[in-house]
Amino acid sequence: MAVEIGGIGQSVKRKEDARFIRGRGNYVDDVKLPGMLYLDIARSPYAHARIKSIDTSKALAIPGVLAVITGKDLVPLKLEWMPTLMSDRQMVLPTDTVLYQAQEVAAVVATERYIAADGVAAIEVDYEPLPVVVDPIKALQPGATLVREDREQKDNHIWHWEVGDKAGTDKAFKDAEVVVKQDIYIPRIHVSSIETCGMVASFDKINGKLTVWMTTQAPHAIRTVIALVAGHLGLSEERIRVISPDIGGGFGGKVPVYPGYVLAIGASVLTGHPVKWIEDRSENIQADSFARDYHITAELAAKKDGTMQALRVKTVADHGAFDAAANPSKYPAGLFHIITGSYPFAKSFVEVDGAYTNKPPGGIAYRCSFRVTEAAFTIERLVDVLALEIKKDPAELRMQNFIPPTAFPYTSSLGWEYDSGDYGRALKLAMDKIGYAELRKEQAAKRAKGELMGIGISSFTEIVGAGPSKHFDILGIKMFDSCEIRVHPTGKAMVRLGVKSQGQGHETTFAQIVAEELGLPVGDIAVEEGDTDTAPYGLGTYASRSTPVAGGATAIAARKIREKAKLIAAHLLEASPDDIEWKDYKFQVKGVPAKSKTMQEVAFAAYTNHPQGMEAGLEAVDYYDPPNLTFPFGSYICVVDIDRGTGEVKVRRFVAVDDCGTIINPMIVEGQIHGGLTMGLAPALYEQINYDDDGNIQGGNFMDYLLPTAMETPNWETAKTTTPSPHHPIGAKGVGESATVGAPAAIANAVVDALAHLGVRHIDIPITPWKVQKILKEKGVAE
Amino acid sequence: MAVETAPATTTGTRRMKVHVTVNGQAHEVEVETRTLLVHFLRENLGMTGTHIGCDTTNCGACTVLLNGRPVKSCTVFAVQADGMSVATVEGLEKDGKLDPVQEGFHEEHGLQCGFCTPGMMITAAALLAANPDPSELQIRQAISGNLCRCTGYVNIVKSIQYAARKTRETAGGKAPDGG
Repeated sequence: MAVEIGGIGQSVKRKEDARFIRGRGNYVDDVKLPGMLYLDIARSPYAHARIKSIDTSKALAIPGVLAVITGKDLVPLKLEWMPTLMSDRQMVLPTDTVLYQAQEVAAVVATERYIAADGVAAIEVDYEPLPVVVDPIKALQPGATLVREDREQKDNHIWHWEVGDKAGTDKAFKDAEVVVKQDIYIPRIHVSSIETCGMVASFDKINGKLTVWMTTQAPHAIRTVIALVAGHLGLSEERIRVISPDIGGGFGGKVPVYPGYVLAIGASVLTGHPVKWIEDRSENIQADSFARDYHITAELAAKKDGTMQALRVKTVADHGAFDAAANPSKYPAGLFHIITGSYPFAKSFVEVDGAYTNKPPGGIAYRCSFRVTEAAFTIERLVDVLALEIKKDPAELRMQNFIPPTAFPYTSSLGWEYDSGDYGRALKLAMDKIGYAELRKEQAAKRAKGELMGIGISSFTEIVGAGPSKHFDILGIKMFDSCEIRVHPTGKAMVRLGVKSQGQGHETTFAQIVAEELGLPVGDIAVEEGDTDTAPYGLGTYASRSTPVAGGATAIAARKIREKAKLIAAHLLEASPDDIEWKDYKFQVKGVPAKSKTMQEVAFAAYTNHPQGMEAGLEAVDYYDPPNLTFPFGSYICVVDIDRGTGEVKVRRFVAVDDCGTIINPMIVEGQIHGGLTMGLAPALYEQINYDDDGNIQGGNFMDYLLPTAMETPNWETAKTTTPSPHHPIGAKGVGESATVGAPAAIANAVVDALAHLGVRHIDIPITPWKVQKILKEKGVAE
Repeated sequence: MAVETAPATTTGTRRMKVHVTVNGQAHEVEVETRTLLVHFLRENLGMTGTHIGCDTTNCGACTVLLNGRPVKSCTVFAVQADGMSVATVEGLEKDGKLDPVQEGFHEEHGLQCGFCTPGMMITAAALLAANPDPSELQIRQAISGNLCRCTGYVNIVKSIQYAARKTRETAGGKAPDGG
């Protein structure tokens, strides 16, 4: 029965594949409207400069160029600045000064894509270069170059944020038998979804309706933002329609509002024509929001036997020129205070200072829930530093310290209530699967021969599913999410949600939840997302929140339908509702299986023969406010071999044991883990966005920014344990980002482990061949 | 268009008529000589299955077959394809029957967001046409010019192995999984 329904736990093949494998997806750049114009953007070559003049005459002289928009043109419209999600503001176009390289300076509107690019090339800007600050630690020193002259506060400090018991933690450190301390830099990286960002904006002057097709992970929130930012221009929320069509990957990069979107909307409102703006890859990677860029100093206090006692972490966060991070309002450093990880620290204290620099905005996610990778990487790296210090096997040290399964729900010393976990079971499974003891023997033998092999562990705890309205909002909008289900008379269902898939397979998994709850075959359930005119309001897909939040809404909306359906079934079966039970995906009279009604029969009756006094129809909506976050976890073990000639790190094996609670579709979950692992491998070994002292980006295109190909990526080995979330309607926790969060530490720990006998304790990621070779040479073991 | 503020290029560039056969259908279109093949396909012919993911010939989302050889269509001018045949993702399905590569990607969960998928499948089809029984390493080498950010490649490799099996089985009448 279950197989026919395609309910929870089945590897149902994806419904969305049918269009994608035929080249019939509908991405933003595929949208073509009659009379459509094209917008392209001129960008600053300087990281910090005064704009002395902008000469647009040559651009305007090009046949087909209709308009050039500069910051001065936006002033009368009050659109030269826009608010960010973090109570800061960001330039749409500068009127006076540019603050980072590749910042938007002017926009060209033309009849054709190539002519718009010609127009951009013809714009002449006279710049006066200004001093540049790219290092956030220098930026916070007295007398540093001021990035933001527009602020009242005349320094580069954005905010200070702290959590935990400072005095108690300091005392624990003072009294500790062992203290380890490590500086860790988690570099700036870029999500680089294969589809860049873009928009088609279409303003209908007659009825005042604005329709936008936009690469956004959060269409409903965007609609509200447009109404708030451009309300004074006559855009009104009931006449704004945001369509997020097929999205070619998001990973956090498609949460913010970028100036290009605002310019496309402005250009359409001004010209009355549809306007398309699509970024080049170079623009995407040079100017769109970045992730990470955390300078961390972490300390761990323990007993001599390895019992962990206290954690103290100080961090400088580089936010670039604007604080345009996408965190819940209350948490400027995101959920970084999950940093106590899988261990029961009695005392802990974390502080973060945000800094402005002459770089593009930072602080968005890279396939991880708000700063969770930064946290997981730090604690899992630090545990290995402690293991080295006290000469204990890192697996044994973890097993010794894990929060025990009996302690859940567990409240951490930084205030989170972990829902459920069984960390030892996951690590044990990973060790068994990879053959940990044998690997240690092999390593010892290889070491004796001078060969470099390392084994790294990461036993991470994640925090996802933001979030409960008591603590979580973005721009004041609470972080609930929603689902609306309509069951049609013939027993087919239409499901609409407030989230938006970017490849996660929502059309399949959410249909499976409904199938399970209502007993309708998964093939009879259509899922629609991303059109604000039809879908219920929700905060969108990021931070692994779709299943924990919208998944909860889906199950509850379906249960509301089932409650009503039960009354109709009782009416049809001429029985009391109290005598009706839901069994084998049918309503039946208790103890009389022959007397039963399917959901299809009930649906038909809901429109043709519903009980007197009851509303006709069979539909429900739920706005789900989760009672808590969810805490997926896992244990990863990585084996690396290091080439003593080139310094290259080769990932030989990688076993990932994940626990994301109840699994809806095992095939899709495994696919999410494969992808997440690859986006964990990437920053561990390859990806970093650097700037020189003048603020020139190093690696602002795919020639220089190394996304892993099939050649670098190993054959990931996965396994699972299942510890359901006790508070989620179906026990699910979310999984899209676990592997990105957990993998970098396992890889870094493996590399350090390979070199530990040479006295190496830490290497900042990405661990490039150059870095490794430098160490090998210093230690005299390079070949 | 990034950061340059170079002098304007000459506009009113030359136009030329090109004759290109796409998925078996002949087209004669006048284009600017600077028109990239990928824009020709997407804008002039309205075939949006071929995607654009970068501007440096790295990502492979725009891969098509030009006279049977895979090329990145962002780095070929439409005029260079004059007199040639082009195969795109839209032509993989024939007479309502999916190509084994398409089937493989669906069966083995070889796609997530779908954006790299057309280029990935075209590259796979070219590989299998040249080598019906590729090793895993040969598959990985063949797709190393195609970037995927979602899948981690494991299932893409499996998808191509599925297609190889299916193709051999159809050609040689072997039992499923026999290859």
